Amino acid sequence: MQALGEFLARRWPQLLELAVEHLLLVLTAIVLATFIGVMIGVLVYRSAALSSLATAMTATILTIPSLALFGLMVVWVGLGDRSAVIALTAYALLPIVRNTVTGLQGVDPAVNESAKGMGLSARARLLRIDLPLAWPVILTGVRVATMLIVSIAAIAAYIGAGGLGNWIFDGLARRGSVVAMPLIISGTLGVVAVAFILDGFYIVVGRVTTPRGIRD
Amino acid sequence: MEHMIRLDELTKRFPGQLAVDSVSMDIPEGEIVVFVGPSGCGKTTTLKMINRLIEPTSGRIFLEDEDVTRINADRLRRRIGYVIQQIGLFPHMTIASNIATVPRTLGWDKQRIAERVDELLELVGMDPEAYRDRYPKELSGGQNQRVGVARALAADPAVMLMDEPFGAVDPITRERLQNEFLRLQDEVNKTICFVTHDVDEAIKMGDRIAIFGDDHGIQQFDTPEMILSHPANEFVEDFLGSGAALKRLHLRRVREVALTAWPAAGVAEDRDTLREKLEDSEQSFLLLLDEQRQPVRWVSRRDLERGEGRMADRGLPVAAIIEPHATLHDALDEMITSNVGCAVVVDREGAYQGVVDIDPVMTAVNTLRAELRERLAVGSWHAVPTETVEEGTS
Repeated sequence: MQALGEFLARRWPQLLELAVEHLLLVLTAIVLATFIGVMIGVLVYRSAALSSLATAMTATILTIPSLALFGLMVVWVGLGDRSAVIALTAYALLPIVRNTVTGLQGVDPAVNESAKGMGLSARARLLRIDLPLAWPVILTGVRVATMLIVSIAAIAAYIGAGGLGNWIFDGLARRGSVVAMPLIISGTLGVVAVAFILDGFYIVVGRVTTPRGIRD
Repeated sequence: MEHMIRLDELTKRFPGQLAVDSVSMDIPEGEIVVFVGPSGCGKTTTLKMINRLIEPTSGRIFLEDEDVTRINADRLRRRIGYVIQQIGLFPHMTIASNIATVPRTLGWDKQRIAERVDELLELVGMDPEAYRDRYPKELSGGQNQRVGVARALAADPAVMLMDEPFGAVDPITRERLQNEFLRLQDEVNKTICFVTHDVDEAIKMGDRIAIFGDDHGIQQFDTPEMILSHPANEFVEDFLGSGAALKRLHLRRVREVALTAWPAAGVAEDRDTLREKLEDSEQSFLLLLDEQRQPVRWVSRRDLERGEGRMADRGLPVAAIIEPHATLHDALDEMITSNVGCAVVVDREGAYQGVVDIDPVMTAVNTLRAELRERLAVGSWHAVPTETVEEGTS
């Protein structure tokens, strides 16, 4: 414990740097996954068959072990951030697609009928009615997806994407040395801290972006 | 333009099922036409074909003499107000934004939209200041229904389609909304298609009624008077049910009959004056009014004599209150539940106007019967003597 304290006191600027790197990696992937996932959800939600297909396919991605997927990405795209972002985006899709579908299907049919009956175009209905109403559910999906990839992102250090995984892998490589445990523990705690920060961020985002009329 | 809406042999066939069978209908400008019939008769499908929420299998729709069967559906719908039973207000938008939906789509400027929203809220009897920025979930069912009507009227469409608009509210609210809506219609004078499964509502609301049958077509399309006195066939007769004489009371409104003057006095007046007023009349109850002349209590002689205490706590509360727009049927209904045997008529602001007792109701029953007999004797099929639209063939 004392070793950990001394270690952190000495190296916290570096820890902070890695945490920011980690955070940016996750956020990049989440922004991409939200765009792609919501788009997929919008395209499939009217058809039960297409919705199950989209959910099944994104679920399949999740079953691929992360090391294997990162490995494949290195073969296809090469080492570095880009591979990591693509893999993390793919992992984040399932909760976002599923919640987009659920959210859009949950919009009151009467609301849809009256919107259509008033002459709102399909585009206007989607952007002004359906998506805003489904938004709290979609946001929950985004939040779950974020928690999911915060931890997977640690493994991205393996393919040179940086982030807190660096320390964890460093620690594993230096088994037996004095700094091994402090490296692993502070890397792990860093991941947890990033997860907490992001969760708090989503609570704020949820507050700000949910219209008063549909807040609980 | 002779007719606001013309339906020409409209037919809708869903896979394996005929929903509407060749319905033709001319709907004159400024009238309320009620589609009524048992469930599954095609009345709602017909309504939804007018704004093409359901595309007809065959047949044509004309709006203001223009064939709209093939034009852009969204643009058509912006010319037609639409109100449904479940209302379908957008829960994430304020009342003002809900009402502003179509004007915004049509590109009105902000100032004009804001003015229109306030104007409409006032029209449906809601204080713009208090409700503009609220959300649908903060309002009662009846208030939401009013907002739904205001939203449909927003861009001042000539035509309104209403699909069981008052079906989901309690009977008391429904009656109030019906009366308010009729009063509103006097101001806005829209051409309205109104679907209901309730015969009484059809008779009350309709200038004309289309009765749909199990064969998915129209059994009879005529004024309420003619339908009640001359059902076209056995189906219509069965559908109207018994009590045609009672139903005919829907055809007379309270404002059309002479109100009975009833002894009334301010609640603050001193007791001797009140007693005097009651004694000068032939009635056994005195009606007490508050400062705004709104009826508050019925008091008898005994109530007036009894000890100390505020006048406003004595006697019986005034329960049976109606507006001039209510029908005699409503009035009779209220009368029966009233302790005093009459319904109190108040104006828009709730101020006392007079009362209706059983006499004008009986008179109305008799004159309605006599009018009918006369009309039948002359052999005229015109329901109302002043009617100008030809309807003899319908």
